[in-house]
Amino acid sequence: MREFPIRRRILADKTFKIIIILLSFACILPMFFIIFFITSKGISAINWKFLTQLPKPVGETGGGILNAIIGTFILVIISILFSVPLGVFAGIFLSEYRKGRFVYFTRLSIEILQGIPSIVIGIIAYTWVVVPMGSFSALSGAVALGLMMLPVIVTATGETLKLIPDSLREASLALGVSYPRTIIKVILPAGLSGIVTGVLLSIARVAGETAPLLFTAFGSPFMNLNILKPVNSLPLMIFNYATSPYSEWHTLAWGASFVLVVLVLGLNLFTKVVTSKWKVQF
Amino acid sequence: MADHSNADVLALKVDAKTVNQYKFVMSESSFRKILYLAAICVLILLVAIFFSLLLSSLPAIRHFGLGFLAGITWDPVKSEFGALPFLIGTLATSFLALILSLIFSLPISIFLGEYFRHGTASMFIKSMIELLAGIPSVIYGFCGLFLLTPVIRGLETKVGVSPYGVGIFTASLVLSIMIIPYSASIGREVISLVPSDLKEAALSLGATRFEVIRKVTLPYAYSGIFAGILLALGRALGETMAVTMVIGNSNFIPTNIFSPGNTLASVIANEFTEATGSLYLASLIELGLVLFIVTTIINVIGKIIIRRMGAGV
Repeated sequence: MREFPIRRRILADKTFKIIIILLSFACILPMFFIIFFITSKGISAINWKFLTQLPKPVGETGGGILNAIIGTFILVIISILFSVPLGVFAGIFLSEYRKGRFVYFTRLSIEILQGIPSIVIGIIAYTWVVVPMGSFSALSGAVALGLMMLPVIVTATGETLKLIPDSLREASLALGVSYPRTIIKVILPAGLSGIVTGVLLSIARVAGETAPLLFTAFGSPFMNLNILKPVNSLPLMIFNYATSPYSEWHTLAWGASFVLVVLVLGLNLFTKVVTSKWKVQF
Repeated sequence: MADHSNADVLALKVDAKTVNQYKFVMSESSFRKILYLAAICVLILLVAIFFSLLLSSLPAIRHFGLGFLAGITWDPVKSEFGALPFLIGTLATSFLALILSLIFSLPISIFLGEYFRHGTASMFIKSMIELLAGIPSVIYGFCGLFLLTPVIRGLETKVGVSPYGVGIFTASLVLSIMIIPYSASIGREVISLVPSDLKEAALSLGATRFEVIRKVTLPYAYSGIFAGILLALGRALGETMAVTMVIGNSNFIPTNIFSPGNTLASVIANEFTEATGSLYLASLIELGLVLFIVTTIINVIGKIIIRRMGAGV
């Protein structure tokens, strides 16, 4: 029999633990690098004009990102209009019906939808909206983003509503309240925090998406409020400016990156606060 | 018409009651119908996505057949389209990224699932991982382009290959950081699911913590960890922006890990708006179809494994 001296085993144990801890903390380094560089390069680009002006042509200094900020908001708001109603109802369906082949396929298709690469979603929105309408538009970008939000909202709604105890529903039904009213007036309000969390998370997910917008919202250097015309968004602007050869545009892109990171991480943080303060508790 | 008889009034009342009940029942069944409709909409969406990809790529499928996947030239000028360079580029970046990310994601899973399940340290690491997952991919690409490429260029000069700075290796490096959160969170979940009586039994037999992890925890959680890796692979295959910005965009088969290349997603991102001619566009959409099918298969396998493990992911 081989011998395993206890001292060596304890040494191996300790070394292993140290390696695990070191590697776990090491992966945080890139995160700090990214945040540090975005902040240090971006914050110098940011001032009031940067946030309230339109981008200027190459060669002129200054210029801002107002159109991209507005565009991002337009895209997100329209995509919420698409995805929240359908997502919440499909989520209620998943929490109300839990067995059977149809339910299984619905759940599976939600999971598949969630895994579809964002660039493929872009192609879909292109073939569904851009081709029939004949031009790139904010609407098509919003359809793409809505498709990406949908599975997040469905899952969040379904999982939250499942946590609500049956006693609530039974009490309401026993009082003679009709089934739809029970769902809308009792079950939904009880699970509201989870649904709101899901919607906020999905917004955080799509606000930073570029790939589905490349050939749908397309981007434009002008201010545009018409949803049937191309519109710019923050990530799209960062991509276009970062891959351009002009250093003025790189500065703009760093500033836009800082705004985007603050926006997305702030939204994530806000969601966390909402979830912890306003939890579903029974 | 004021002289209704008593019976008439009674009949009217009964009618109103039945109508109310009728409405009550109808509203329930129609509400259930709406719920079903929503679910059917989701199913239809997925089917429609698949078929519209298939339909739009039909010209390319007809023209090239299965040879599309094996074709080594992608030349829009001559209308010759083969997907092999991008397939190789995608597989190379994804697998390299997967291996690199495992170096970090596995320790994090053990850290959070075994050593520090609660407390400040685990909260800190957990929120950092969440932040990492929250950063938009275009930001990763931007930082990779401006911070990582000079470093890689220096490395390439030392190794003795042409110093592009961008290429397969740079893309894998950026990707590996991006997919750490996915495999780490699932790994943590399955490792914390390992029954403690198994671990305690090993400990009481005199095993050290390291031996418990190696001989009990990891073998037990193996399939779940594998599922986490699969789901991370699904992410890596479809990741677009960060890869597009740092991979170098060359439509030839990469010769080594430093040479520039293209992935399925990045070539679509680069060429879709410039695609002239229906065959060109159809070929790009067929790349999207391939990507869709591959990621779907990988995701479904991963989810099935996780569901068997009983983890609530």
